[in-house]
Parts: sequence; C-alpha cells; structure tokens
Amino acid sequence: MDFFKRHFLVPLIAVLALVAIAYIGVKANLEFVFGVVIPYLAVLIFFEGLIYRIISWARSPVPFKIPTTCAQVRTLPWFKRTIADKLDNPDTRLWTVARMALEVLAFRSLFRNIRSELRRDKDNPEKSRLVYWSYKWLWLGAIAFHYAFLVVILRHIRFFTQPVPHFVTALAEADGFVQFYVPTVYLTGVILVLAVTYLLARRIYTPTLRYLSLAADYFPLLLIISIGVSGILMRYFYKVDIAAVKQLAIGLATLKPVVPAGIGSIFYIHLFLVCVLFVYFPFSKLMHAPGVFFSPTRNLPGDNRWRLHVNPWNYPVKFPDYMHQEDHYREAMIEAGLPVEKEK
Amino acid sequence: MAKIPKPAELIQIDYKLPAKSWMETKADIRPGYYVNAASRKWVELVDYPYPRDWNVAEDDWKLPDNWKEIVLQGMEDRLERFRSLKLFFDICVRCGACADKCHFFLGTGDPKNMPVMRAELMRSVYRRYFKTAGKVLGELAGARDLTEDVLKEWFFYLHQCTICRRCSVFCPYGIDMAEMTLIGRELLSSVGLNIDWAMASVAQCYDRGSHIGATPQAFKDMIDFLAEENERITGISTPVPINKKGAEILFIVPSGDYFADPGTYTLMGYLLLFKYIGLDYTMSTYAAEGGNFGWFVSHEMGKRLNAKMYEEAKRLKVKWILGGECGHMWRVCNQYMPTWFAPVDFLEEPVSPITGTKFETAKLHKMVHISEFTADLFKHGKLKVDPQRNAHIKLTFHDSCNPARAMGLLEEPRYIINQVLPKENFFEMPPNTIREKTFCCGSSAGLNANENMDIRMLGGLPRANAVKYVAEKYGVNHLGCVCALDRATLPTLMQYWVPEVDVTGITEMVGNALIFDDEIERTTDLRDRDLVGFGEEAAEEEEAE
Repeated sequence: MDFFKRHFLVPLIAVLALVAIAYIGVKANLEFVFGVVIPYLAVLIFFEGLIYRIISWARSPVPFKIPTTCAQVRTLPWFKRTIADKLDNPDTRLWTVARMALEVLAFRSLFRNIRSELRRDKDNPEKSRLVYWSYKWLWLGAIAFHYAFLVVILRHIRFFTQPVPHFVTALAEADGFVQFYVPTVYLTGVILVLAVTYLLARRIYTPTLRYLSLAADYFPLLLIISIGVSGILMRYFYKVDIAAVKQLAIGLATLKPVVPAGIGSIFYIHLFLVCVLFVYFPFSKLMHAPGVFFSPTRNLPGDNRWRLHVNPWNYPVKFPDYMHQEDHYREAMIEAGLPVEKEK
Repeated sequence: MAKIPKPAELIQIDYKLPAKSWMETKADIRPGYYVNAASRKWVELVDYPYPRDWNVAEDDWKLPDNWKEIVLQGMEDRLERFRSLKLFFDICVRCGACADKCHFFLGTGDPKNMPVMRAELMRSVYRRYFKTAGKVLGELAGARDLTEDVLKEWFFYLHQCTICRRCSVFCPYGIDMAEMTLIGRELLSSVGLNIDWAMASVAQCYDRGSHIGATPQAFKDMIDFLAEENERITGISTPVPINKKGAEILFIVPSGDYFADPGTYTLMGYLLLFKYIGLDYTMSTYAAEGGNFGWFVSHEMGKRLNAKMYEEAKRLKVKWILGGECGHMWRVCNQYMPTWFAPVDFLEEPVSPITGTKFETAKLHKMVHISEFTADLFKHGKLKVDPQRNAHIKLTFHDSCNPARAMGLLEEPRYIINQVLPKENFFEMPPNTIREKTFCCGSSAGLNANENMDIRMLGGLPRANAVKYVAEKYGVNHLGCVCALDRATLPTLMQYWVPEVDVTGITEMVGNALIFDDEIERTTDLRDRDLVGFGEEAAEEEEAE
C-alpha cells in the first residue's frame, strides 16, 4: 500500500471504527460509559494534556528576539510608518498584541498568501516565466472553518446551561436567520462541514499536499467531518430526544450525572467522536491553536536595537583577541604604517 | 560555469512529484547541488569536533561511531534551549502555504525543498525519538529512524536553504525554516559535517580578521588601492584611517566590499562619502569583517566572530559603530548581538556628528546602518549631488532577505536611491517579489561556492525572473542592493539569466553623484564607464548646437 493510501485509509478506518465502537457500546447498554465516564475522562485529558504541552513549551526559553519583520522598522522619525507597518513590524508591546490579534482573529499571514506558477514557453524555454498572484482560497477555507467551529461550540452552551445565556440564544438566532427548513437550519453547521470538506479535498487533490500529508493531517479532518455530519443528522434527520440530551448535559456540567433513557445511538456516536477529539487535541498538531500565541517570530516586537532581550543560557565564547593578530603580523604591520600596541 | 547547463535546459523544471513517498526516497546527492566538505585544517583551526578528510560524493562520510547519540543528544539539548525549535516541530499543520514560497522549490521542483518538507526531514526524527506516537506508530505517525541516509539528506537539503525566511512571512504561525536550518546545521557540525565554503571563511575570519584571510597589511593595501582609484577618477584624495585609536566611529564593512568587484565600487563610495562630510572614523584590521559566516555553522560560532566588533570598538575607544551594506551582518547584529554582549556600556548612543541626529532606535546596540546614516545626511541637506551622473543607470532595487525580513530596513535605501538617481530611472520589481516578500539571491548562507552552481542558478531563478521582467519592460540595466553577498552572487546570477543587468551597491551611486568643490571634471563613473551627457560626448553635443 503506498504512502498516501496508508496515511489516508488508516485514519478513515480509524474514524469508522470509532463510530462503530460508540454504536456497539450503546447497543450493549453502556450508555453510562459513553455518556458520563468517557466525557469526563476526555475533558480531564484535554485540560491536562493542554497544560502539559504548554508548560513544556514555556520551559524552553526564547533565547533571541527573532520577529519576522514584514514592514519598515522604526528608525529615523521622518520615515512615517502607517498602521499597517506597525502591525506587521510592531515596535511596542501594544502593537505586538495587535499583530497577534490580527494573526489569531483574521489569519493575517495566510491572507497574504500568493501562488506561483511557471508559465512555460514551449518555443523558447528561456522565455518561461514565474508568475505570482494573490491566492485567498486557503485563507477563506481556514477562516470559514474556524469561525464556523467557534459558533457551533458556542451554540452548544445552550445544552449545558439553564437558563440559556442571552448571547447564546442571540447567536443561535443569527445563525439560523435563513429559515427554509424545520427545525431551523444553522448555517455554521453547514459551513463547518463544507469548509472541512474543502480542506480535506485540497489535501487529496493537490499533488504537493498529498505528497506531504500524514495520517495526522487526515485524521482530525475526517474526525471533524464525522462530528459535523453526525450532528447534522441528529438535528435534522434522525431526531433525538432533545430534552433528554439537555438533561444529560446539565447533569455532566453540574457534576451530578444522570443518563436519561432513549436518547438514540446517533447522539452517543456524536458525543464519543467529540470526546476523541478532546483527547486527541493536546497530543496533535491541533495544538497550533494555543501554539500560535507562543511563536517567537510573531509575538515579539521588532525593538532589538533599543530594548534588551535576555538569553538565560547566554555564555561567554572563546575567540582570538586583537593581540593574537598583532603578535602574528607586528613587523609587517609596522612596515605598512599601521599603528601597533607594542613596538616589539 | 562551463559545466553547468544552459538557462534553457535548466528551466525545464519538473514539478511532477515522485511516485514513491518522501520517506522512501533517498536524497540524490549529485554534483552541482552540494558544497564540498570542509577541509580538516579549517575545522581544526576553530577547534570544532571531528575534523577529518571526507568527501560528500563518497558513500563513507567517516562519521564518528557514536554519531547517532551525538545528534540525538544535541537535538534534545536544543529542544530545551530553543522554544522556537520545539514549537515549530509541534505546531505545523502542513497546510502548504509555505510550499511555493521557497526559491529553491520554485527553482528545482524538488518537493523536499518545500519548507514544510525540509522541516519534516528533521521533524520525523524528532517524532521517532521524542514523541510517544512516533515511538509507537513509527512511519504512520510520520516518524522515522535516524539513519546515515537521513543524516545525509539533512546535509543535502539544509544546505539548500539560504536562511532567507520567506517561508516564515507566509506561515500562519510564523514557523521559520531558517531557525530550524540553523539548528540543523549545528547538529551536523557536531558530528563534523561542515561545508568548506562556510568553514574556510569562518576559520580565516576567526584567525585573521576577515573571510578572505587577508593579513592586516594586505587589508590596508586593498583599501589604499581603492582610495587611490577614487583619487584617479575624482581627483579627491580619500585616505583611510586604519586601527586609529580615539576615532569617533568604527566603520565595519563586509570583506566583499574591499576585495571583489562590484563590492569595491561600493567601498569607494563609502570613502568618498566620509571624505565629503569629514567624518572622524577608522576601519580595523582585526574587525575587518561584517559578514558572519559563523552563524551559518552554529549560534556559538556566530557569536565568536561577532564578538570581534565590540572588542575592537572597545580597544580603539570609539563612540559607536557604523556598518556597511551587508545582509546577514545586519540580521546577526540586529537580532543576536545585543543579547549576546549586553551591556554595551563602553560605547555611546549613536549621534550623527554631521547632523546631530540621535539614532534613538540604536541606543542599546550602538550600531548604525550606512543607509540610515546616509538617508539622514540627505534629509538634512548635507550632501550636494548630481543625479544625472547616474543617468546611465536604470535601476531596480533588490531587498536583501536579511535586512528586509529580520530588521525591516526597506525605506532607507529607496530614499537614498531617489536622491542620487534621476527619478525616472528607478523601477520596482513586481510587488510579490520585493520588500518582505523579496526573493533570495539563492547563494547565501555559505552556499556561494563554485561547485554547487546548478543549485545556485536554480535557487536564484525567482529573483532573476523578476529582474528580467523589469529589464524587458523598462530597460532596467542595474540591480541595486545593500548586501555584499548579493554583490558577490548576483552578478553571476544575472550573467546567467539576465546578462544585460549589472549589480551595484547603493553607496556606489552616492559616491558617483557627490559633487566636491575641488574635484576634477567627472567624465566617468567609479567603474570608469562614460557618463551620459558629460565630458567629450557633452562637448560634442554643444558643438553641434
């Protein structure tokens, strides 16, 4: 089996297996395990893993201030810097925070993306040219996916709270403003699945991406698609007892777990996949979410020349001093008229 | 150059991917693509581990028996010392945004030159030995054993990275391949795998003062010769104070500026400029090098070589340091030097003795870039120039990677260009190839040797291609830059891809344009080329009228 197939099929089978496990588990009356034990474990592992990984990064120092400067630095006062310059090459902590905010909230670097292509001239290869153009599809896919995911998660707060906070209701209303189906279709749910499908498709259909993708790239995408699809199925097609779901969720949230009967297998499949995602998160590339905040090329200001950065493991190094040179070449230096420290 | 294929052959880039996976594909270490192994004597001279005679082309690289432990131990050590490494290993999502940003990928089509893949070459080893998933699942978790083939692959591809950081601009997390390349090269160096071009430069600079290993007297000779050239062409005597104690400013240039064309013309420009303003400065035979090839070997070696600058400033009791046009010199000085040597209390906060401008943003590290310095002189009207003397130059400007992406020095050179060149003679290359998106010359980071010409010409293709565009569209005939490595490598690159374009430093054009009161009639530029509308030609025109 070739590399791509192995790295694609194994995660696919793994996700299908996870679905089967949940299904079989519920059929075997293990609702308490899948409804209570696993969710608690998953949340526990998620937070522990998250903290562990973040501490592990934080323990390694940032020895040098290495921001990637993407605009004019602050130098002579009459080189006026625009707001864009300050965002791309921040000189103060405040602008650095702004740079990070733009990165995290708007995917600034990805927005900058360009594509290149070698335009071949068959008759005269020397005329072949590289051309570049702005390319925002990846940015669009990524930002659609992340924001849709965020809204979906926030909407889910309504299951865990009583009364439901106002912002959640408002968000759900806004999300479902296009009413063409009963129950109201949440656009973000659809966008989420479409965006992840796009991200998966580009990985499979773009040769370079297929070449470099690993199981660890396909697995989370397949997992999130399955979560989205199972959620959609549950909401619109194989309806579950929503009151019972809420009862379970509130029980979990208030640490007084109850398992109401008859919620339906699809719910447990959905929940189990979410739990797997929670467990998987801290040990995978999904850690890019907290990781981006730690990135030394983005989160440091470009103030190297006027504000000191301390390297905790800085150490003195050995190098020949000036006298090493002079001792070696004294006579010749004197002859050449160069000043010397010692005449002999 | 004779062996290397013609441009038309070289541009037959095949972007088709190999059928086999990258894990199963051994690096094809072929001539033209690698730099020779470092000679034993250089490694011995700097006291680095495992000096030996070995050959990249041979199968046996004569690695020490415990090379694997050394590399893995080294990796563990650096994971603890560099958050960047650990983080960049952990958070890459392989989205591919960096893939077509690398000039080496664009030039070769080799998928392992996509920054994401080049990082995977190291990352896969990290997973295998430092991550549970990799230990358990192996290849399925993207992990692989550290074998000799893998180590050779590192050597091959980490020396097809010029540390230009273009990938880092586009990465949504700012992952910087340059950082990983630097650390990867440290690991290679720890088992004695160094390249000769870098190590020879390092050793000579370490032992003598500059990469080229010039003796103090030879250094003085070269500088004096260029001063005489100035006098011959302009009638202005520009004697250079060397090792002068108590001078106000220590001036440090990359050695490329005094030993090879066209860098030498830039140096002539510096000397004319300093003469014009009557600057109290000195150059040094000991700190005779701005460029820092040590940094291409290890952070430690970078620091060793860089230390000489402050040491010499201290000895000569200057007030501050002025730096010449050099690319990675400024990355090292900007991003590492203050951290390495603080506090620098033996120098003063730089103030221009001519304009009184305080370089406030240099108050910590006490070094000023010649472009800042000159731009400030122009701003205060201290320089009288005739831009028409550069009328034979139709210029486009190459932002050197390091000043652009590690410092943010973009406007100063452009400001100067606009002062010394007729306005209608300056043309920018397409926006996706300049400023922070600029393309590397393809030969930096110790790669500007002779034996790896194929990869150099391919790596420089994106840069050359953009120059070609403005050359054809606007008749551009000069490529300006503020980097000595550029001045060393771009002429070769231009000759190959865009022969109608020459390379020039910016201060060369300043020197050319400066009007001295007591100068002789100028009919040629600093390169002895006839000026447009001056001398005989102008006289003839007048007669005709």
